[in-house]
Amino acid sequence: MSNQQKVDCGRRRLIVATAAVGGVGALAVLVPFVSTMLPSERAKAAGAPVEVDISKLEPGQMLTVEWRGKPVWIVNRTQAMLDTLPQLNGEVADPQSDRQQQPEYCKNQHRSIKPEILVAVGICTHLGCSPSSKFKPGVDEGMTPDWKGGFLCPCHGSTFDLAGRVFKAKPAPTNLEIPLHMYLSDTRILIGEDKKGA
Amino acid sequence: MRKLKTLLAALLIAPTLAFAAGASLHLDQAPDVSGDKAALQNGAKLFVNYCLTCHGASQLRYNKLLDLGLTEQQIKDNLMFAANKLGEQMTVALRPADAKKWFGVAPPDLSLVARARASADGSGADWLYTYLRSFYRDDKRPTGWNNVIFANVGMPHILYELQGEQVLGPDHKLTLAVPGKLSPAEYDAQVRDLVGFLVWMGEPTAGLRKQLGIAVLLFLSILLVLSYALKKEYWKDIH
Amino acid sequence: MANTNFEKYKSDGSLGGNLLEWVDARFPVTALWKGHLSEYYAPKNFNFWYFFGSLALLVLVIQIVTGIFLVMHYKPDASLNAAGIPVAFASVEYIMRDVPWGWLVRYMHSTGASAFFIVVYLHMFRGMLYGSYRKPRELIWVFGVLIFLMLMAEAFFGYLLPWGQMSFWGAQVIVNLFSAIPLIGEPLSIWVRGDFVIGDATLNRFFSFHVIAIPLVLVGLVVAHLMALHEVGSNNPDGVEIKNKKDEKGIPLDGIPFHPYYTVKDIVGVVVFLMVFSVVVFFTPEGGGYFLEYNNFFPADPLKTPPHIAPVWYFTPYYSVLRAMVWNFFGVDAKFWGVVGMGASVLVFAFLPWLDRSPVKSIRYRGPIYKSFLTAFVICFFVLGYLGTQPPSYWGEKVSQVCTVIYFAFFLLMPWYSKIDKYKPEPERVTWK
Repeated sequence: MSNQQKVDCGRRRLIVATAAVGGVGALAVLVPFVSTMLPSERAKAAGAPVEVDISKLEPGQMLTVEWRGKPVWIVNRTQAMLDTLPQLNGEVADPQSDRQQQPEYCKNQHRSIKPEILVAVGICTHLGCSPSSKFKPGVDEGMTPDWKGGFLCPCHGSTFDLAGRVFKAKPAPTNLEIPLHMYLSDTRILIGEDKKGA
Repeated sequence: MRKLKTLLAALLIAPTLAFAAGASLHLDQAPDVSGDKAALQNGAKLFVNYCLTCHGASQLRYNKLLDLGLTEQQIKDNLMFAANKLGEQMTVALRPADAKKWFGVAPPDLSLVARARASADGSGADWLYTYLRSFYRDDKRPTGWNNVIFANVGMPHILYELQGEQVLGPDHKLTLAVPGKLSPAEYDAQVRDLVGFLVWMGEPTAGLRKQLGIAVLLFLSILLVLSYALKKEYWKDIH
Repeated sequence: MANTNFEKYKSDGSLGGNLLEWVDARFPVTALWKGHLSEYYAPKNFNFWYFFGSLALLVLVIQIVTGIFLVMHYKPDASLNAAGIPVAFASVEYIMRDVPWGWLVRYMHSTGASAFFIVVYLHMFRGMLYGSYRKPRELIWVFGVLIFLMLMAEAFFGYLLPWGQMSFWGAQVIVNLFSAIPLIGEPLSIWVRGDFVIGDATLNRFFSFHVIAIPLVLVGLVVAHLMALHEVGSNNPDGVEIKNKKDEKGIPLDGIPFHPYYTVKDIVGVVVFLMVFSVVVFFTPEGGGYFLEYNNFFPADPLKTPPHIAPVWYFTPYYSVLRAMVWNFFGVDAKFWGVVGMGASVLVFAFLPWLDRSPVKSIRYRGPIYKSFLTAFVICFFVLGYLGTQPPSYWGEKVSQVCTVIYFAFFLLMPWYSKIDKYKPEPERVTWK
């Protein structure tokens, strides 16, 4: 009987050892297979930071660049446009940009690094449509008489001001996203990366 | 039974011997520079300067050159003339359709050339190493060049400034008629580096593959010992 | 062998036990486990040759799993990309370079294809050595031949997908074989291609067959193969029925439970196999130009045939038979007879159970005539295989004709020579140690 138990003990130890080593192997095999589903070099290259030259962007104009397959707006806001922002603090849902929709360095009144240059992801935070720009105040572009300039999402009518802040009581829950970005020089912006190397 | 096994073994080996005997091209053996990063970097430079004007390497991204020990800045400053982003592929500005119109045949993409040119005669590296050293003057060709191992080749001798001009003698031997900027030994060394780079480009993960292979085999040998012991343990029961 | 009257599982009162009892009352967990593993009695004298069945199953799993991950990135598209390279060809290189670890998955799949045939050929040869196809195991063998046929189809369809020169021209040659069939041949080959040459339509339908249709059939046939095996029980190197000698509980005296004895033994086989497999995958994935042909690193070019086209190594014996047929019979082209010969050289395996008339099953007790014929057959199989990789030549043709005759003689004369051959008496029980 005791002999039998000794044998079983040795056998058990072997089973455990083999199963453990085999299990480690199986887990190791899992790694490459799971990894194939991560973004490929192509996806990473397409999603790499984008460099934009804004030297020719006149005040009041906007240009759109693609970054990670999404439109990114760069708006050179005039002083008049910037002046509308504090006036709208009472009408927008998140005037102080308390929600994490921007890097820390853009959590300010104008939601940007340089006050006049807005860099924002042009995707409505409701269901992902791309809003259109309605920069002219008033009814000229089909908006209401008290419109001060901003963006309108054609899908469900969410409106945003010229800092990408969403107006109250609209379907979109949060302000437009401000991507990581940094100035390589006075007129060159790198979108998708900031100094921290994120 | 034993006789049968010996026979099977002999049969398995026979074809490889016969294959070697059937070789038709004589290729020079390319020196192996796979572990020599300086040589591969030099090869990359030669490739970009001499080949990439017409031939793409559309399966290779510039940032892969980081594996050769180059820095991002070095790649941007010295090797990236046709692209803006490090993640871009090494393509040619030349459109394939235009190239075909101008050269008669589009210069092939070279991403895999070192793997495709392997044959029973030798490795792809051997073929390329021989090819790039076998151009000779031939006035009957529109380009003025021909090649010993690639008859009526469409490509002129791009490296002739370095090598000089060879002529094919009546004895089918090549002799250097006009010396180039480099001595024959120096030229061979440059070609060696270029070929080394082409081989690396054919499969940039080859180094990792072999390293990982050793680890996997070591792991499996441990598992073999354990599983064999387990089998022995169980089969003690069977009488 | 499969006993279906297993008692249902009774819980020991633990949570796991209760759950198992609940499931077992509704689904035959216990019956499946016992019937196919823990109370499936296999002869205890299995030798080296008996590893290849479980290894074939392992390779099937490797191919399915790696295949699933490859399909996530591969694109069956023959059009040219901006760099002038076919999209399908480029997508394979995309897997090799851009997809994280894609190279490993792809090499496992390409090596797995060749490994599958090596393992299956050895598995079939085992069946021939020990007469595993003989009564009552004829259906196991027939299912096996069907599996082999499906495997050839699977490999053929899959080989087009990388869209290299060998993929393209290999498929071109094989599909053109259909045109050899009198009258309907030409329209048939156009229908198979969906085009006048191998094209995008062909690539897409081959992709569909390779990833969906054939694997489904293959898995179904493997299940049938195993069910038939477990119904009658395994043969063994002595070719004697272990079920003829049972103990008082009805357990064969020379049988041992498959689990744990053969599971632990097969694990050793699996590890050894994985070591060989890893050597190829990690150190020589091209297999010397046999597993991944060098010319297939050139993208498909419909205007330029490579100087020498040969099928992948596992098809070459049959391809040689095809090329050996050079005579016009009955006013029909040699091309047609080549196709017939090639088809017959594969299908003839299915008739083995009825061709073999020997009183004994195993090679151990057979006489010199059978052994000579088998040896000659194996030699011819290898010679044909080798010649199939070579360009056509005068002597190659002559030798392949002789080998083709011997190849078929092995099968077609078997009813005669297996009967008149001498044999040794089979033992009562299996020989063991």
